[in-house]
Amino acid sequence: MASKAIHAYYDDDDVLMLAVKRVKAAKHHIEEVYCPFPVHGLDKAMGLAPTRIAITSFIYGCIGLTVATVMMNYIMIEDWPQDIGGKPSFSYIENMPSFVPIMFELTVFFAAHLMVITFYMRSRLWPFKEAENPDVRTTDDHFLMEIDIHDNEKELKDLLLDTGAVEINIVEKTSH
Amino acid sequence: MYTFSNKLKIGSFILMALGILGIAIGFISAPSTIEEAKAIVASHGDGHGDAHGAVDAHEVTGHEVSAETHGEAAEAHGESHDSSHDEHLLHQLQNKPWAALYVAAFFFFMIALGVLAFYAIQRAAQAGWSPLLFRVMEGITSYLVPGGIIVFVILALSMFHMNHLFVWADADVVANDHLLQGKAGYLNPTFFLIRAAIFLGGWIFYREYSRKLSLKQDESDDNSNFKLNFRISAGFLVFYLISESIMSWDWIMSVDPHWFSTLFGWYVFASMFVSGITVIAMVTIYLKSRGYLPDVNDSHIHDLAKFMFGISIFWTYLWFSQFMLIWYSNIPEEITYFITRIEDYRLPFFGMVAMNFLFPVLLLMNSDYKRLNWFVIMAGVVILGGHYMDIFNMIMPSTVGDQWFIGIPEIGAVLFFAGLFIFWVFRALTTAPLQPKRNPFIEESRHFHY
Repeated sequence: MASKAIHAYYDDDDVLMLAVKRVKAAKHHIEEVYCPFPVHGLDKAMGLAPTRIAITSFIYGCIGLTVATVMMNYIMIEDWPQDIGGKPSFSYIENMPSFVPIMFELTVFFAAHLMVITFYMRSRLWPFKEAENPDVRTTDDHFLMEIDIHDNEKELKDLLLDTGAVEINIVEKTSH
Repeated sequence: MYTFSNKLKIGSFILMALGILGIAIGFISAPSTIEEAKAIVASHGDGHGDAHGAVDAHEVTGHEVSAETHGEAAEAHGESHDSSHDEHLLHQLQNKPWAALYVAAFFFFMIALGVLAFYAIQRAAQAGWSPLLFRVMEGITSYLVPGGIIVFVILALSMFHMNHLFVWADADVVANDHLLQGKAGYLNPTFFLIRAAIFLGGWIFYREYSRKLSLKQDESDDNSNFKLNFRISAGFLVFYLISESIMSWDWIMSVDPHWFSTLFGWYVFASMFVSGITVIAMVTIYLKSRGYLPDVNDSHIHDLAKFMFGISIFWTYLWFSQFMLIWYSNIPEEITYFITRIEDYRLPFFGMVAMNFLFPVLLLMNSDYKRLNWFVIMAGVVILGGHYMDIFNMIMPSTVGDQWFIGIPEIGAVLFFAGLFIFWVFRALTTAPLQPKRNPFIEESRHFHY
């Protein structure tokens, strides 16, 4: 694998967007782009696949709804069908309106929390995780594009300088 | 400029003609005497006979029990109950064509009113995406004038005892009903019609004034018309929230004058709001497919579909909140409202929840589907059908009771008002350019993308 990478710095998100488009047009693989804030349309310009996190959330919501239904059917209808204030506990459907608030909340609870946890796992985020910024300035006011070098250092450098990079560094990559 | 396509015009005339025919058949076949009413029920075939038989059996056992305890008095009671039952049946059957007319008239009127509320919100919120659609909304709200007049005429005829839609308008009924006497200060024909006239006048006035300012803004060289429109829209929303709430008590809740619910105004509002947004989306998609709205893109449709999705859920939230609170506490004077609906209207009552909630939620959840025009149209048809059923479920149980059926009078009335609605709305769309010229947000709206 490539052990060297080129880091191009930009100080404006519009310049960065144009640079990403130029680099993609020149058929170079962009390893990573570091930004201090979300740049609208950057994922499209880089050609990243759309996220599927909404789909996972829908599935988690369905699981939550099932959990709520099964739980209350067991507790309130099957296990001990007590008469509590005249509520009909003969079958689930007869007493369903009083379960709806819980069914709704558990659906939202599962959909929200499991989706967030999925996001953390997929993005490899957790407490005490070592930060991966290549440069502290990328959290403040600089944008950084990282491209692996495959014996084409000169060509890449020229291309990136031409796209308006304010600084270009060659770095030894340490494996993750 | 939009030109009214001949096909659509002829189509709307055919709808109106068929509709008038259906309405006329409904009125002609309504019984005028108790004997005719009994004959209609007797000839009604097996499907209905079964349900009625079950009710009869129930009544018989009820009488037996009371006969044992009360002896002779109970028999006398039974006889008087029989004759009053027949008169009740006659009134229900006589109400059928009127109720069918009223439900359809109100349904199409409330679409225009819902669009007017949406339009005022877009103006007051200074939305950047929607100015491209303002002319479409103004076209739809033009139906407020004929639709409002027709609803008002039906209400006035009810007050002049042409029908029994509003039982509290009948002085004989009030004389025997202590509860209605207590409400007579509010529910009396004169005050009722004055309120209706004020509300309709206010809504139509805002619509016409805002439309005038909107057209003037196109020709002016500053933004004063736009700013004035912003202010009157904000003012209108205050008036609208109050008047819509009272309108829902007057025009809908008072067909059931013994019953009351505090969130009813919001519930009716949600129904008209989602129907209105759905019609905006459908008319926009139609005009775009004919090439009249070149600057409207997928994102505008996406936004409308998001509103359809969100407000459908809002409607369900209110429907359920009203139902569950009353079901849970089960207080006799409130629960009768839902008992009659669940016993006699099981399919329409729960079917409408499926149409207004499950269907839009599952169809319009996916972001990509909200951009597919045919998907939005399909969901829109179901939503509109569901909200027709919603109004049907509000009016019918207290006017025609278990004699309901979706037959010729009901379908005829829907066809007539659909034809009138299409004719009036698309005629209004031809009177002004479909794209505002000098709206300060028009550039943002043209480049809107999500």
